[in-house]
Amino acid sequence: MKNKKIQDQLITYGIVIAAYIIMEILIKTGNLSSHMKGLLVPMTYYAVIAVALNLCVGILGELSIGHCGFMCIGAFFSAFFSKVTENILPTAPRFFLAFVIGIAFAALFGFLIGVPVLRLNGDYLAIVTLAFGEIIKNVINAIYLGIDSKGIHMSLKSSMDLNLEPGGEIIINGAMGITGTPHDSNFTIAVVVLLLSLFVVLNLINSRDGRAIMAVRDNSIAAESTGINVTGYKMMAFTISAAIAGAAGVLFSHNITSLTAASQYFGYNASIMILVYVVLGGIGNIRGSVIAAVILYMLPELLRGLNNYRMLIYAVVLIVMMIFNWSPGVIDTRKKLLARFRKGGSHGTT
Amino acid sequence: MSFLTYLINGLSLGSIYAIIALGYTMVYGIAKMLNFAHGDFIMVGCYVIFTICSTLSGNTIVGIIMAIILCTLLGITTEKVAYRPLRGAASPLAVLITAIGVSYFLENLALLIFGADIKSFSSVIKWSGLSFADGALKIQGVTIVTIAVSVVILIVLQLFIHKTKEGQAMLAVAEDRGAATLMGINVNRTITLTFAIGSALAAVAGALLCSAYPSLSPYTGAMPGIKAFVAAVLGGIGSIPGAMIGGLVLGIIEILSKTYISSQLSDAIVFGILVIVLLVKPTGILGKKIQIKV
Amino acid sequence: MALLEVNNLSIAFGGLRAVDDFSINIEKGELYGLIGPNGAGKTTVFNLLTGVYKPNEGRIKLDGVDITRDNTIKINHAGIARTFQNIRLFHQLPVIDNVKVGLTERFRYSALEGILHVGRYKSVEKQIDEEAMKLLKVFDLDGERDVLASNLPYGKQRKLEIARAMATSPKLLLLDEPAAGMNPNETAELMDTIALVRKEFDMTILLIEHDMKLVSGICEKLTVLNFGRVLKQGETKEVLADPEVIKAYLGE
Repeated sequence: MKNKKIQDQLITYGIVIAAYIIMEILIKTGNLSSHMKGLLVPMTYYAVIAVALNLCVGILGELSIGHCGFMCIGAFFSAFFSKVTENILPTAPRFFLAFVIGIAFAALFGFLIGVPVLRLNGDYLAIVTLAFGEIIKNVINAIYLGIDSKGIHMSLKSSMDLNLEPGGEIIINGAMGITGTPHDSNFTIAVVVLLLSLFVVLNLINSRDGRAIMAVRDNSIAAESTGINVTGYKMMAFTISAAIAGAAGVLFSHNITSLTAASQYFGYNASIMILVYVVLGGIGNIRGSVIAAVILYMLPELLRGLNNYRMLIYAVVLIVMMIFNWSPGVIDTRKKLLARFRKGGSHGTT
Repeated sequence: MSFLTYLINGLSLGSIYAIIALGYTMVYGIAKMLNFAHGDFIMVGCYVIFTICSTLSGNTIVGIIMAIILCTLLGITTEKVAYRPLRGAASPLAVLITAIGVSYFLENLALLIFGADIKSFSSVIKWSGLSFADGALKIQGVTIVTIAVSVVILIVLQLFIHKTKEGQAMLAVAEDRGAATLMGINVNRTITLTFAIGSALAAVAGALLCSAYPSLSPYTGAMPGIKAFVAAVLGGIGSIPGAMIGGLVLGIIEILSKTYISSQLSDAIVFGILVIVLLVKPTGILGKKIQIKV
Repeated sequence: MALLEVNNLSIAFGGLRAVDDFSINIEKGELYGLIGPNGAGKTTVFNLLTGVYKPNEGRIKLDGVDITRDNTIKINHAGIARTFQNIRLFHQLPVIDNVKVGLTERFRYSALEGILHVGRYKSVEKQIDEEAMKLLKVFDLDGERDVLASNLPYGKQRKLEIARAMATSPKLLLLDEPAAGMNPNETAELMDTIALVRKEFDMTILLIEHDMKLVSGICEKLTVLNFGRVLKQGETKEVLADPEVIKAYLGE
């Protein structure tokens, strides 16, 4: 069993690495259009955030529908840092520190949201994360932040209200966001981040903390009377999940010239799209999330004609998958059909 | 005087939240699920009225009645097709995710049919309102009607629940579904009825919402829906008077913070209140302590 | 000094005094039965002892330490483990992991070591594995170690719940109607399991039970609850012969 778990883990890493090598070969041999090449990094950070969300939904058993909000936090804090230090630090340490900062702030926000919500039972986390995802966009869109020799200036009104010196630079320009973040992300780094996220999540699942987290998911009352600190473990899993979403955000902001807190990237719809990846890949199945994210991200690009119906199809997929996988009635029917099929099969052989 | 105007506007917005919150709280209390799509039922109601009144230039009353009928049918169908199969599922997340799916479905269906552009909705209330103190204090017709409608709905709903057999059945199912079944109550029918009432209320709320804020898009219902949930939590989820109080309080806070603090941050303030309530008194103003059964 | 000392415990829900002036002393190594008609407040006593409910009055002492106001988690760490009337397993986890969860607090390494699989991770995980297997063997569940808990047959689910409770290395084990829903064969097997737990772990046990055969067969002492109050307390034989107790069970 122990070996089987390790083997399982290695297969997951193997799939990612194999996919990476194939893509690299396609690029090197010139078989990948530049349009497709541009999709590789986004595809990978969506896989990263799907892994993060699955940790929250599948392993912890709490629904977050504002995970893109944590991605937004990671994106903006890291972009801000990179922009400010662009001419001070060389690329490699700067990008590394950008990751540290993006991840740390996403984790901090995850922790702060978790404190009031995670000690409660019920559906509050879903609402609060949704609200958080929406609010964080509003707040960032309202922030003007600039820098000059006197230090950092901030305003909630307009860039003029910053009163910058002539040489000063606007970093965050309200709804126009941050422009000109150094383009540090690339496919290789994105894949490394994905592998590290997988490493963290899969290792966590196979540790005493991971078992405790899943125990909380399966029966929090029993977990408590088994001496498990339910709230503590919920906080831990949720914070790690937010941190990984933050890492996806760092990849995001360093892959785009003009970073804005737009709904299309960080809003409700984007968060639901990630949820679709998780549900389709299998709730609690980390490898499935990666595969589903890659396929579902690439699919609409390949089937452009269906673009108008894409969201609608996602919605139907979500409903149908949930009923198919979780409805007690459907599960019963499936079991019966399977039993009959097996019976029929054995009749055939005898 | 202007403060009074804002306060009345707050009451009006709060009344709309209250009507939506009633639907949320009833479904939550009786079916034990968070119907994420509830806010989108509002949007559906608005589009029905919009289509009948503006596109087909039909009668307003007909439009409202059609919206109520269609939303009720939508609520019943959604419950039957999407939610009922998941009753008793191993994970409580199953029905919640499905509800999100329904919400997403309705929004994107509306997007396909009506497009993303914002339609301007003509108010269903033609009355211009009252003016006091030589015009220093003007109260719009839609404001007065909204507040009046919500009061009537609250009274009727309270009478229905406490005086009729169906209402008593709802209370019983909310208290203990298993025991209610043993007492011969048809749980499925009771839950269907709850969804029907909640969805009909959503249509009414839609008509009032779009009359007060006349811009209609596929996402019209989402934010008010979420805020109404905040109102329901604030008042004490499961409690009908609580939903009313929570709605009014939230509406007033929102209008006042929009006016006196910042319109961009008013949503953040509203949700800040949710977080504070969850920290200080998760059961809300009128909610009773939930005893976990071990 | 008794292992568990409970004095004048009371709790009221609304106007109803669910448990009223309840006292009990359980000596180390005893197998003590808590019986009474339906709704007498037996499970409420368990919930008070494990901190699920806080009493309005009274004291609970375990091994001399006052745990009256502690929460469920702390009480478990102090040494009380329990099972539930309606089985509560970690149903999506394999059998062995259910037991390993019980070992979480006893065999520790830091979260970072766990995430990176470095430091004490390997050696402690090995200990956890061995300890869990030892427990599964005692309860004859080692053949099902990788089966999901929800796929175990009923009788084995009960056993697994006891094994998980034992993994926390308690001083006192509370069993809430362990024989509920079992046929006579399973009940007999359960009685063997309980005897085994006492022998192997020198365990003190308090159990709620309806099955009089089981109670009279294994319990040394009994407390009878009726309407939240102690009706009779003492040696099993005496208690069961008491006319009041017979009346409470059989009615007038």
